[in-house]
Amino acid sequence: MKQSMNVMIVGVGGQGTLLASRLLGAVFLKEGFDVKVSEVHGMSQRGGSVVTYVKAGEKVASPIIERGEADIILAFEQLEAARWLPYLKKGGRVIANTQKTDPMPVVIGAAQYPEGVLEATTAAGAELTAVDALSLAVEAGSPKAVNVVLMGVMARFLGVEYDVVKQAVADTVPEKFREMNLKALQLGFEAR
Amino acid sequence: MKQLMLGNEAVARGLYEAGVKVVSSYPGTPSTEITEFAAKYEEMYSEWAPNEKVAAEVAIGAAFAGARSFCAMKHVGLNVAADPLYTAAYTGVNGGFVLAVADDPGMHSSQNEQDSRHHAIAAKVMMLEPADSAECLQFTKLAYEYSERFDTPVILRLSTRISHSRSLVEVSPREERELKEFAHDPGKYVMMPAMAIKRHAVIEERQRSIAAFAETAEINRVVEHAGAAIGVITSGACYQYCVEALGARASYLKLGIVNPLPVELIRNFAAKYEKVYVVEELDGIIETHCKAHGVDVTGKELFGPLGELSQRIVAEKILGEAKETMATDLAIPGRPPALCPGCPHRGVFYTLKSLKLRVSGDIGCYTLGALSPLDSMDSCVCMGASVSALHGMAKARGEEFAKQSVAVIGDSTFIHSGITGLIDIAYNKGISTVIVLDNSITGMTGHQQNPTTGYTIHNDPTVAVDLEALAKAVGIRNVRVFDPYDLAASKQAIAEEVAKEEPSLLIARRPCVLLKQVKTKPALKINKDKCVGCGLCMKIGCPSISMKDKKAGIDFTTCVGCGVCRQMCKVGAIGD
Repeated sequence: MKQSMNVMIVGVGGQGTLLASRLLGAVFLKEGFDVKVSEVHGMSQRGGSVVTYVKAGEKVASPIIERGEADIILAFEQLEAARWLPYLKKGGRVIANTQKTDPMPVVIGAAQYPEGVLEATTAAGAELTAVDALSLAVEAGSPKAVNVVLMGVMARFLGVEYDVVKQAVADTVPEKFREMNLKALQLGFEAR
Repeated sequence: MKQLMLGNEAVARGLYEAGVKVVSSYPGTPSTEITEFAAKYEEMYSEWAPNEKVAAEVAIGAAFAGARSFCAMKHVGLNVAADPLYTAAYTGVNGGFVLAVADDPGMHSSQNEQDSRHHAIAAKVMMLEPADSAECLQFTKLAYEYSERFDTPVILRLSTRISHSRSLVEVSPREERELKEFAHDPGKYVMMPAMAIKRHAVIEERQRSIAAFAETAEINRVVEHAGAAIGVITSGACYQYCVEALGARASYLKLGIVNPLPVELIRNFAAKYEKVYVVEELDGIIETHCKAHGVDVTGKELFGPLGELSQRIVAEKILGEAKETMATDLAIPGRPPALCPGCPHRGVFYTLKSLKLRVSGDIGCYTLGALSPLDSMDSCVCMGASVSALHGMAKARGEEFAKQSVAVIGDSTFIHSGITGLIDIAYNKGISTVIVLDNSITGMTGHQQNPTTGYTIHNDPTVAVDLEALAKAVGIRNVRVFDPYDLAASKQAIAEEVAKEEPSLLIARRPCVLLKQVKTKPALKINKDKCVGCGLCMKIGCPSISMKDKKAGIDFTTCVGCGVCRQMCKVGAIGD
């Protein structure tokens, strides 16, 4: 891994972003880095835009990632990738689930879900990896495994051995869902 | 071995290691997990109290009785607990008493952005502020040492970024502590004028002793960098922002004790630097202290009193440096939080809107009923205010208004401080209607048990408050329960009760759909041939329903089959 790594995990409340941030924190810890993981609980969890920060390095001071500082933005939903793009470092990578979830202003017709969201992130200068994580999660056995699929996709870009990520997933998820989650991770890792 | 630990979990670990015996709290983001983690340690008695005042009093009593005790709350909870705290400052403790308060700069999950350091100053108690999880653990243990050494309550000040971030912590074993003797000492513990007058003098002297201690205490730490021209005085999360933004370009005075503040330590530090900044979130408390003692610092004129700070803001304001960023030129619609699919509150708010009632609201998930498309809340102030404010509105505007208005309040919030408002309505001949949104849990803070649920913090069965009997006992004769999933029954119950010339308590009873024991149904489906695209089903603001190509669609991954939308559809297009 590089000397430091800042990862933002963004999505919609209820999609399982917290579990993904904990998994990633465990991975960096195993690699021997200082780690900080920052979460927001409470009101915004109810279907709102949610963001967690995972930072690793020799010594991490601030628990949050600011504009222009993220190496990777892992977006569980397309629009959230675009919303948080100003936080990406120049030359940074967006890993996006192609799933779309209409926010309430769109649902009630007060706003439009914009067209060409992912194209716009690359036009702005981001490297992009887009994956239909929901289909892969369903293939693995549960639509709830979207978070683990996306962890698998991200494993290619972390600069750590895949087995370390695999072990972190195996250690974190309950026994009866282990096989399904490891399959989800593998499908994400192999997705191109 | 070092482990990654949430700030709140590290506080709980600190309680365990410090030999704490009694923990009593009321949940409140971002403080809630402290007590949840504390409850996992069998060596400590832990409980959810009905509100923060009760929690603080339980902890104070336990401290008088010779045990180390604790309570946690969010910043606004300290307003509720202020009454016991301000006088416990006079009595002092016996066993150590620590109160953790979590501020929420940026208001991620709060109704205001108050700075709880003002309470420490006004109550004249010591306040410590950790800057990461390791300090959460260390300062919690130190707080007990200081509490017993200076005979004072000690406040541990947290904030969202400290409570809800994970960083590395090294744990130690618990040190069991014997109960201290509980002597009969009315001069110290019975606060009536003759005794309290004497204690006030003791408290002023104690503050002077703690201020002297703060001059040399190790947790007021100076971090010097050779050649740095800038000096920064800061504490808590702000210290981390400064270190990240300024690194070795500045030297730091990191204050671990934020009340009382040292004078000479600050003066000597400041004298070494050409330019000294105070970096603190919310109010300029350290800055005002510095200026009162003739130390020239720059603070709020750069940073202002609003919201959270960050490494970016520090770098921009102090160094004039900004990072390169990128953005799309898309118009990105906001994504505010919404009531969950299947939330039992949804039908109630839809009904209130359709009956065109004015709604006095309260604190909980259901405050989201204020947002579009439900748009059915007129006011929301603090825990319990829905009931009493409704009474005030009705007394101001008269009987006709009372028949066109309701209060809505959750089960936990009703027990916290809604019941006293209901007593006021009954006692003072009000005719208002109060609706308890009883989802059988404290929802917004992440599912804590409360006195109405019939379970303790350990999920052990216990007595449950009988809301119907309670309302009757305080003088409410019209008490009625309805199922909020049944729109017709909800409408009938609410319309009939508001029309009465007497006060009513309605209970909308259905458990939170996210509770494990709630069995949800399969997702509903739209029959595209029948759907006429009228958009009626969109009026309940369910995140699972959306409109594509003039036909409604239901998201199979999130719909829980509650059936409220099916009752909206006039053409029978929604089915299993």
